[in-house]
Amino acid sequence: MSALEPTKLDRPRASRDWSAADSGTARSVAAALRRADLGDRLRSLALAAPLLVLLALSFGIPIVLLLSRAVYDPTIADALPQTSQALAGWNGTGLPDDAAFLALAADLRSNQAKGTAYELAKSLNARLPGARSQVLKTVRQLEAADRPPLEVMKAVPFWSAPGTWPVIESGTHSVTSFYLLSALDLRWNADGGIERVPPEQAIFLQVFMRTFFVAAAVTLATLILGFPLAYLIASVPKGLAAILIVAVLLPFWTSILVRTAAWTVLLQKFGLVNDLLLWLGVADDRLDLMYSRIGLIIAMTHIQLPFTLLPIYSVMRTIQPSQMKAAYSLGAKPFTAFRRVYLPQVFPGVMAGCLLTFIICLGYYITPALIGGASDQLISNFIASYVNVELNWEMAAALSFILLVFTLALFGIFARILGLDRLKLV
Amino acid sequence: MLLSPYPTTGERIRITLLWLWCGMVILFLLVPILIPVPLSFNSGAFFIFPLEGISTRWYEVVLGTHRWQAAIGNSLIVAFGTTLIATILGTLTAIALSDEKFPGRRIVMPLLLSPLIVPVVITAVGSYLFYARVGLASTYAGIILAHTALASPFVVVTVGASLTGFDRNLMRAAAISGAKPITSFFRVMLPLILPGVLSGAAFAFVTSFDEVVVVQFLASANQRTMPLEMFIGLREKLSPAITAAATLMMALSIVLLVVANLLARRGKQRPRID
Repeated sequence: MSALEPTKLDRPRASRDWSAADSGTARSVAAALRRADLGDRLRSLALAAPLLVLLALSFGIPIVLLLSRAVYDPTIADALPQTSQALAGWNGTGLPDDAAFLALAADLRSNQAKGTAYELAKSLNARLPGARSQVLKTVRQLEAADRPPLEVMKAVPFWSAPGTWPVIESGTHSVTSFYLLSALDLRWNADGGIERVPPEQAIFLQVFMRTFFVAAAVTLATLILGFPLAYLIASVPKGLAAILIVAVLLPFWTSILVRTAAWTVLLQKFGLVNDLLLWLGVADDRLDLMYSRIGLIIAMTHIQLPFTLLPIYSVMRTIQPSQMKAAYSLGAKPFTAFRRVYLPQVFPGVMAGCLLTFIICLGYYITPALIGGASDQLISNFIASYVNVELNWEMAAALSFILLVFTLALFGIFARILGLDRLKLV
Repeated sequence: MLLSPYPTTGERIRITLLWLWCGMVILFLLVPILIPVPLSFNSGAFFIFPLEGISTRWYEVVLGTHRWQAAIGNSLIVAFGTTLIATILGTLTAIALSDEKFPGRRIVMPLLLSPLIVPVVITAVGSYLFYARVGLASTYAGIILAHTALASPFVVVTVGASLTGFDRNLMRAAAISGAKPITSFFRVMLPLILPGVLSGAAFAFVTSFDEVVVVQFLASANQRTMPLEMFIGLREKLSPAITAAATLMMALSIVLLVVANLLARRGKQRPRID
């Protein structure tokens, strides 16, 4: 190295000037490269921009908007401007002063005049069950106006009940944790702590538990059914393996709706499954498999089986059969060899398949809606019904928020342990 | 096969049990998707074997009545619209992402895939909330936009895979030979990655054609697609027409996905030209 290094002595003077010129050129070349590089970067960004913008508009904004509804609900604050002002100085305990009652009466009347009283009643009712009828009743009495407003307000016991005013006060803040807490069957108590809601109002934890239970049962069933088949496909000769793989891929390529439809046909009281059970003598009488938990789990297992099997198979394919032979030749019993040599290597595939199926199961909607009974509806079905039936967007948003947190957390584990490239789409 | 040259009794039993179990699992996998096919040709109105007779009356219902015809038409409009947008934009994005100079690939890729991860009900409800505000609910454009979000990840991934076998030096060679970027794209790159693009298009088409949850929230009575008509039919009353519709949908999906997978494989296997 040192022999090749030009020394000061043998470097001609002229070359010094060259090197000075060189470094100038080098700088400008570097700058030009940087410019070109920036240009390339911007060009590739511009190529991706249309899809990114489209996704932001068609997917990003809708999701953010929906989730924001879980914590942002200005309906009550907007409907009760005077009450909000009157409650600004209230310490939150006991009953507020008469000015607050008067302000509320004025707000209720102005809502009635604007035609928004029902909207307000519904919003209050979402936070305080039973409020709807009380609001509408009070509005009617205020309209009759044969008594002073304060007297009307005091005559309705609801407005002097202990729980009412804290709810109104919390409603005057547009940002609220109410719905998120409700989605977990929690609420703020009078002392500012968080407590469980009374058992008769608690519904959501049960729904989440049910969703997890169904997801876990389906995951387990797909593993029990899929693992041996994956093993078989990975160990038979190529031609036979190709035929067996088609048996897995054909249902995989059929849409969830079509497969659910097929199962509704099969699970009927006089359907094929019942015929088979009777013929085998497993059941004495025809079972009600439609609108049942067991029917739901059977159909979901059928739909999810390829999702569990394919990642396991793709790992099993890479394991050399000679390893097991080596274990046998070293004196291992078949089960020991399987447990100590084979299983640890297959484990990542098993994890990938099971996690994938579990995550997908958490979001199931179509199959429970069509095959599950009323007590088999999963969290997605509740979200849909809060939008379609109850028109309670805030509650739908809060449930979506929680479901999304679970999904993303599990997906984060998936990506961290196994890497995103395990998520093969094709 | 699977048996060692000198199998022990225990090994024979294990292999037999494995085959029996796997045979049952394969029946479990295949029977449910095959059952609607013969039932759809039943001349009777019940889902019972043996069939009362062979007839195509339920196909005539699906292909001949206005309700189903409109649904098939809507499905085709939405699926073609989605395929067109998702394929063009997804291909451009895949090309951008295959460039190692693309900034923030680690952030962009998960964002692009997120429509597949987010539970579809959340996507549907969110779209309904936002699209209603901007006047896109109950429009074909709205449904196509929402479907594009669900379909584009498939295009980005399949075209991206076919681009890993594409030699970027070919584009430099074209540029040196004086070709404009747009010319070298159409004359050099596109022909080489075409299997991947067509495969992505087929995936996009099937994704949109089979989708029901988003449509359920965004479509008015005028935009009901075939899956939505099936979903409503399954909820209200079970008619054998549904088995005919299911058979048609299944045939279309399977044919397209077989083609898509063959194309995707061909796209990836293309040798590098060095």
